[in-house]
Amino acid sequence: MDSKGLNFSCVKCHTSTEHEIEGRFYSMPATTTHELAMPKDNPSRIACESCHSMRPHKTDPKLNDHTARIACETCHVPIFALKKPTLVTWDWSTAGKFKEGHKYIVKKDELGMVSYHTKKGDLGWAKNVTPEYDWFNGVITHVEVTDTIDDSRPVRMTVIHGDQNDPQSRITPFKIFRGKQIYDAGNKTLVVPKLFGPKGSGAYWNDFDWQESVAAGQKAAGQQFSGELGFVETEYLRPVAHMIPPKEKSLSCEDCHSRNGRLKNLTGFYIPGRDYSAILDRFGWLSCLALLVLVGLHGGLRIMTSKRRN
Amino acid sequence: MKERILFYTRFERFWHWAQALLIILLLITGFDLHGSYNILPFGEAVTLHNQLAWLLIGLTAFAIFWHLTTGQWKQYIPTLDKATEVVCFYSRDIFKGGQNPVKKDVDSKLNPMQRITYLLLKVVLFPLQLITGLLYLYSSELGITMELSTVAYLHTIGSFAFLAFLIIHVYLATTGHTVLAHFKAMVTGWEEIEEEKPEPSSSVQ
Ligand code: HEC
Ligand code: HEC
Ligand code: HEC
Ligand code: HEC
Repeated sequence: MDSKGLNFSCVKCHTSTEHEIEGRFYSMPATTTHELAMPKDNPSRIACESCHSMRPHKTDPKLNDHTARIACETCHVPIFALKKPTLVTWDWSTAGKFKEGHKYIVKKDELGMVSYHTKKGDLGWAKNVTPEYDWFNGVITHVEVTDTIDDSRPVRMTVIHGDQNDPQSRITPFKIFRGKQIYDAGNKTLVVPKLFGPKGSGAYWNDFDWQESVAAGQKAAGQQFSGELGFVETEYLRPVAHMIPPKEKSLSCEDCHSRNGRLKNLTGFYIPGRDYSAILDRFGWLSCLALLVLVGLHGGLRIMTSKRRN
Repeated sequence: MKERILFYTRFERFWHWAQALLIILLLITGFDLHGSYNILPFGEAVTLHNQLAWLLIGLTAFAIFWHLTTGQWKQYIPTLDKATEVVCFYSRDIFKGGQNPVKKDVDSKLNPMQRITYLLLKVVLFPLQLITGLLYLYSSELGITMELSTVAYLHTIGSFAFLAFLIIHVYLATTGHTVLAHFKAMVTGWEEIEEEKPEPSSSVQ
């Protein structure tokens, strides 16, 4: 369904009624029904199932048994960022370095993308990225500037709702964008730094002083600022719903049903071929081995004694 | 004095070897998709395993029918008659060149150990594998909420039990009056049976 295939236009799926365009990741799921949508009774066609139903596979019906627990995109978007590189990391803490006194430093990586810029810090780009997977029921909430954060580990900027016990949740592919950004280490909140503006206004991209920049930004946003700064690691998860390649490129069984498959970090439920009980398997194999040894001894003894008799 | 009688009917021989083949292939494909080793791609192992399972179900249904209509199910009624002698034979007398204490005849083909083993195989192990196998594939369709892991572990236990049975069964098959005697009998149907007192045999055809 990508540009090399069916080349769908956006509005094929992002249907709109009265300018309310379908398809966005907010605290309200874009759709809660995973079923065929006939234009006359349901104009919304945002879900894959709207056009394809929950049982779209004809050649291998086993695949249809998966659609209740696995989102279509999980199997149908094996990799993303096929043509253009996508930004995957952004480390603000290294921003503000100059060469020859006051000249900006700009570096490019092998993909031709900017990998360091004095104004932005280190940037990481990637092509043909493998998604990461999690349970998801269509609801995403965001961490806001007023929320207290736990800075002892990377902060999830988007909170992905759902888990394996929720029947609405399915395993869904995500792009994870990893950042390192300035925050209020005293109040333990994210901050709104002032980035652009004239010299002396506190704008980071002119004055390169985080203290001034955050103070000015927080003031403009009407937020508190303790005066204590730090850099915190953040993660921004975005469901992957586009760039469906031709069906031949879909995931194969082994991508999930193997010891080190794509879902190896999603634990707590059983996937055949991936999971097993180590105790049970060890006991089973050892018992069978013991039996082999036993019959071997019995047989050996039979041969020895029969030789002696003759 | 040895006598040759047709011990295993054509159906029994077909049933035995078809079942053996199916069970061995089920074990191979089963442990393959379990991830113990990798001979086939997962999808092919699953498809093959399911097809073999259906064949075994069909064969078993047929065999149950045969056992009921011919009355052969009586072969599996447990008995303690000569049980101690059988145990003594396999653990001691066999090394002294002794004779199997249970005389085979067509009405009682199985010794007490075989009777109880095969009975357990038929009333415990087969149903366990059948039920867990079906639950594995269809529990969600049947509206049964069950942890897949529970089903899978039970199915794994059953598989190891089958493997254990296979090891012992094949080994004990070498304990006939020659190493290959029982194998030959199961292929040709004819078994050579030691006769104690010569009397006209009532061998069936
Ligand atoms: C095959 C159907 C399909 C086509 C064609 C499609 N989209 Fe989407 N789009 C989706 C789905 C499904 C979602 C996720 C909806 C949800 O659950 O909120 C989505 C979400 C989005 C989002 C919001 C989520 C995000 O990633 O931030 C944007 C923006 C978007 N699409 C833009 C576009 C544009 C622009 C085009 C055309 C170039 C396009 N889409 C074509 C199916 C499609
Ligand atoms: C477990 C992985 C998996 C899931 C989940 C999955 N698919 Fe597929 N899909 C595949 C594979 C693999 C193929 C290619 C198989 C083939 O050639 O028939 C395929 C083929 C297709 C095709 C082409 C069908 C055909 O017979 O030619 C369509 C359409 C499709 N999928 C849509 C969907 C939709 C819609 C969903 C969600 C309801 C979905 N898929 C969920 C793996 C999956
Ligand atoms: C607006 C309706 C619509 C939506 C929404 C839609 N599709 Fe399709 N899709 C189609 C049509 C039409 C075809 C072509 C069917 C054919 O060729 O038989 C197709 C074909 C496909 C194919 C087969 C491509 C091939 O190689 O032949 C796959 C896979 C697929 N869709 C997956 C998806 C997935 C995954 C989603 C959700 C992100 C989705 N579709 C959403 C209408 C839709
Ligand atoms: C995207 C990952 C993924 C792919 C690809 C995938 N599976 Fe699965 N499969 C799963 C998960 C997760 C479960 C466990 C589902 C559950 O707990 O309900 C599962 C369960 C199963 C089961 C046992 C439960 C049942 O419904 O029968 C079988 C059999 C199975 N898959 C076969 C296959 C085959 C065959 C293929 C390839 C054609 C395949 N799977 C491809 C993820 C996958």
